[in-house]
Amino acid sequence: MDTQTAIDIALKFAAITVAFVVVLLVVAYTVLAERRILGFIQGRLGPNRVGPGGMLQPFADLLKFILKEDIVPDKSTRFVYFLAPVIATMAALMTMIVYPFGPETRIPFTDITIPLVIAHFDVGLLYVLGITSVGVYGIMLAGWSSNNKYSLMGGLRASAQMISYELALGLSLIGVILLAGTLDLAQIVELQSGWHGSRWFIIFHPLGFITYFIAAIAETNRVPFDLPEAETELVAGFHTEYSAMKFALFFLAEYINMFTVSMLATTLFLGGWNVPFADVIFGRGTFLFGLVGAIGFLLKVIFFLFVYIWIRGTLPRFRFDQLMNFGWKILLPFALLSIFLTSTLLFLFPNLF
Amino acid sequence: MLVLLFILFGAMAIGCALGVVAQRNPLYSAISLIGVFVSLACLYVMLAAPFIAAVQVIVYAGAIMVLVVFVIMLLNVEEEERRRPRLRFLVPAAIALAGVLIAEVAFILVSVQQVPVAAGSSVSDVGLTQSIGAALFTKYLLPFEITSILLLMAIVGAMTLARRGGLIRSREQTTRG
Repeated sequence: MDTQTAIDIALKFAAITVAFVVVLLVVAYTVLAERRILGFIQGRLGPNRVGPGGMLQPFADLLKFILKEDIVPDKSTRFVYFLAPVIATMAALMTMIVYPFGPETRIPFTDITIPLVIAHFDVGLLYVLGITSVGVYGIMLAGWSSNNKYSLMGGLRASAQMISYELALGLSLIGVILLAGTLDLAQIVELQSGWHGSRWFIIFHPLGFITYFIAAIAETNRVPFDLPEAETELVAGFHTEYSAMKFALFFLAEYINMFTVSMLATTLFLGGWNVPFADVIFGRGTFLFGLVGAIGFLLKVIFFLFVYIWIRGTLPRFRFDQLMNFGWKILLPFALLSIFLTSTLLFLFPNLF
Repeated sequence: MLVLLFILFGAMAIGCALGVVAQRNPLYSAISLIGVFVSLACLYVMLAAPFIAAVQVIVYAGAIMVLVVFVIMLLNVEEEERRRPRLRFLVPAAIALAGVLIAEVAFILVSVQQVPVAAGSSVSDVGLTQSIGAALFTKYLLPFEITSILLLMAIVGAMTLARRGGLIRSREQTTRG
């Protein structure tokens, strides 16, 4: 191993650390934002006592999670019980490395240009899908190992739901792959930078975007698809028996998953780091362009997170047969239709792209 | 560096494979099998075949094993029943067959080294998405389509089997109501 490789590896580690810290901070404040916005929707205040406007609430929650007693059920399958939250959190965090957070940026006062993406991966999109599908095991195994019928029901529901909606999710992405002709996320974003950064794929593939958005809510087990943890029927679903830090890990995994599906939606449909007319104002490759791009990316992701919270405050929960009917009989044909329409568009106007 | 990673993932694959056979609890076996698939995917990435690695994880670890674990959870299979004595005689047969398999692999490894690599096929683009897609839709189009028809037949068959009971019951309900 020569010096260059060592420097590269060190840089990658630094990049991963920075990305994780940023993501975890955003996730922590998503939890706070969710509680505040839900409070606003329901005509109450929400947590506002810890720090100015409740800004320190996430850290207070974390401290509470660490200090709480960690109860392990007596008849649980010990090893799997410990493994499940680890799998859930790891699978949620691992997809983070392939997303392009911003364009290639020159560091000020130097000639070094760095891409704001941790790993260039030829099949980045498939990598994301693969890791997401492994994340199901966290929930399934948690439900099974707790030795609690509510947990088991929650785990079974979660796996059935996630398998069903994964199909619609995958199919809704095929249109984007057809338009882009590549699976590399960085290249997909690069292809959307035409028309001064406003040639987003949502314009050519709107049905796919709608399908993706609905399927993504189901994949992350959020309202109105939160049957795996339906409080009124299953106590708390698959994490009924989990307490303290292990519960916090599931909680964290859910919000990181929200964040990653929002990032994927932004990357594939809303142009990633492309901010309209930023290249006219700042010029490509400059530091300011990179900064505006990264901020634009983050703002788009935050917009998606807000819509998630908004939906949670608005819609009631599905019944399980409604959920399955909707997934298989409406969403899946809809996704197939969107693929058909996009392929037709590509066939009729091959010069458009 | 690469050799270290190869040893790591190879050891993981072999260890998990041994776990699949040795575990008495079917769910532990299933988890070990997932471990095997994931380590194999890592090995594929090291062989510059990222597409195959991703498909390996999505199809085997993400879809098939989820169904297996699902069924194990649904049936709530506890510890596998103690080994029945009438199947004992299969153990030496299994060991013998494993020996044959290892011999075959060794033979293939030795014979492959003797054949020179065909000119024109570069190693780097074998596992890439484009080359696989092109091969599937030109050279291997017929097998590809036949496989899809086979899968379609399996789906229709599964639905027929599953619907048979349901249809009868619904007819009874209609006559009663």
